[in-house]
Amino acid sequence: MAEIAYLAGLAIRGSDSLDSPRHSAVVRITHWITTVSFFGLLVSGIAILIAHPRLYWGETGGVGTPSLIDLPIPFMIGHSGWGRYLHFLSAWISVLTGLVYAPFGLLSHHFGKNLLPARADLAWSRVARIVWNDLRWRRPTEEESLTYNAVQRLAYLAVVFVLFPLIILTGLAMSPAIASVVPLLRSGFGGQQSARTIHFFVAVALVLFLCVHIAMVCLAGFAGRVRAMITGYSAARKECS
Amino acid sequence: MSERLSRRKLIATGVVAAAGASGLGIAARLADRYGLIPPDDGGIYGVGETMTYAAQRVLVSRHALAREYTRSDISKIAPIKGAAPEDETYQRLLAGGFRDWRLKIDGLVARPSFFSLAELKRFPSESHVFHQACEEGWSFIAEWIGVPLSYVLNLVGVRPQAKYVVFFGFDTNFEAADKQTIKGKWNSIDMADAWHRQTLLAYGMNGQEFLPAGHGAPLRVRIPRQLGGKSTKYLSWITVTDTVKDIGKGFGAGGTERGFSWYAGI
Repeated sequence: MAEIAYLAGLAIRGSDSLDSPRHSAVVRITHWITTVSFFGLLVSGIAILIAHPRLYWGETGGVGTPSLIDLPIPFMIGHSGWGRYLHFLSAWISVLTGLVYAPFGLLSHHFGKNLLPARADLAWSRVARIVWNDLRWRRPTEEESLTYNAVQRLAYLAVVFVLFPLIILTGLAMSPAIASVVPLLRSGFGGQQSARTIHFFVAVALVLFLCVHIAMVCLAGFAGRVRAMITGYSAARKECS
Repeated sequence: MSERLSRRKLIATGVVAAAGASGLGIAARLADRYGLIPPDDGGIYGVGETMTYAAQRVLVSRHALAREYTRSDISKIAPIKGAAPEDETYQRLLAGGFRDWRLKIDGLVARPSFFSLAELKRFPSESHVFHQACEEGWSFIAEWIGVPLSYVLNLVGVRPQAKYVVFFGFDTNFEAADKQTIKGKWNSIDMADAWHRQTLLAYGMNGQEFLPAGHGAPLRVRIPRQLGGKSTKYLSWITVTDTVKDIGKGFGAGGTERGFSWYAGI
């Protein structure tokens, strides 16, 4: 029975549990759904982008008009059909997951407890020390890995409260039907092409976050961290190190 | 004890699942009744597509207007996707300045009609400067001159069962006896966009009383609240129907048969 619950990722604390709970069930489930839908969005986003790998500023832009950035990718039409289908399906899954995660984060004090950094921890010297240790690839101590440090907290807060909202809003701003009801959404970003350009750069920022995130998971012990995000418990550090 | 608990859990899960399934069933029936299900609702992608279409139809006011720009905003370049039809009839009509061209309107209408270009131009003319984006990513602003589709629909008298207005251009085999064999760049819109006051049957562009080469002469539709690909060019035939299931593969548009979603308001 305990094994079944363990496999299903439900937080049943067995007598042999050696560690304290790391992630709540909602955080774990929304984390993995977001992982899958993010990859759907990324792959389909690339498929859409390569049809016209040029970025503009303002309302309009196209071949023959001045561009902001010409990405070093050839024009490849033919992938935006399935790309768009997959993009909006994945976007729905992401947004609905966010609609579960955000109220949960507020009501359960997940944001306040786990993500909001303490004022004292925001001192430059402390932040610099964390970044320095990460850059030196120094593994966090057992005690350090029990909670998120200030840099992790800031990164997660930026993803949850800045990057995700921004990428959703710039996506909606590109929709002609949505722009007809909320014109300010489009003009606020500087036009449809500006929204597309910002959408691209936020996606790049999210991918950079993902790379650092995976690097940090590896640094802290990949198997243990992934197990913690699946089962809720990281078990003994020694086991997976 | 734990066995009984798990059985109770199983029953509870079953009840929740049954309630969920019947809830989904009711939602699907209601969605169908209120026209919230797009023709390309099949498969896993159809789930996302239905959610997008239904959400926009519920949340976006039918009367919300696309932004109107000024003539000074008009883009210097209006890109064209695809060439004019090579169809023999089309080439002959083009050479004759479209004097012999007629727009056929039939289907669920009280008075099936043919309109010449001169007749369409005698109807109340409107000019709109719209932003139009292609799903590939580029966009431009242009002025479109024409008659509102709603004006023409009122003239022919649309029957209450109507659910879609279907557009066939010369780049489709629109004269096929069997509608299921129709291929090409045909498209359809729902009645919300068909009656929308900015949906235009355009015969002119950027100050000119005709459509330049490649922009769909003699007549094209302009649907400013959807991506440009929905605005069918080189129109020959418009039909009003309660289903698009019997045209082509039944996805509501030639482009949808080639993998592009039917609803392009996103």
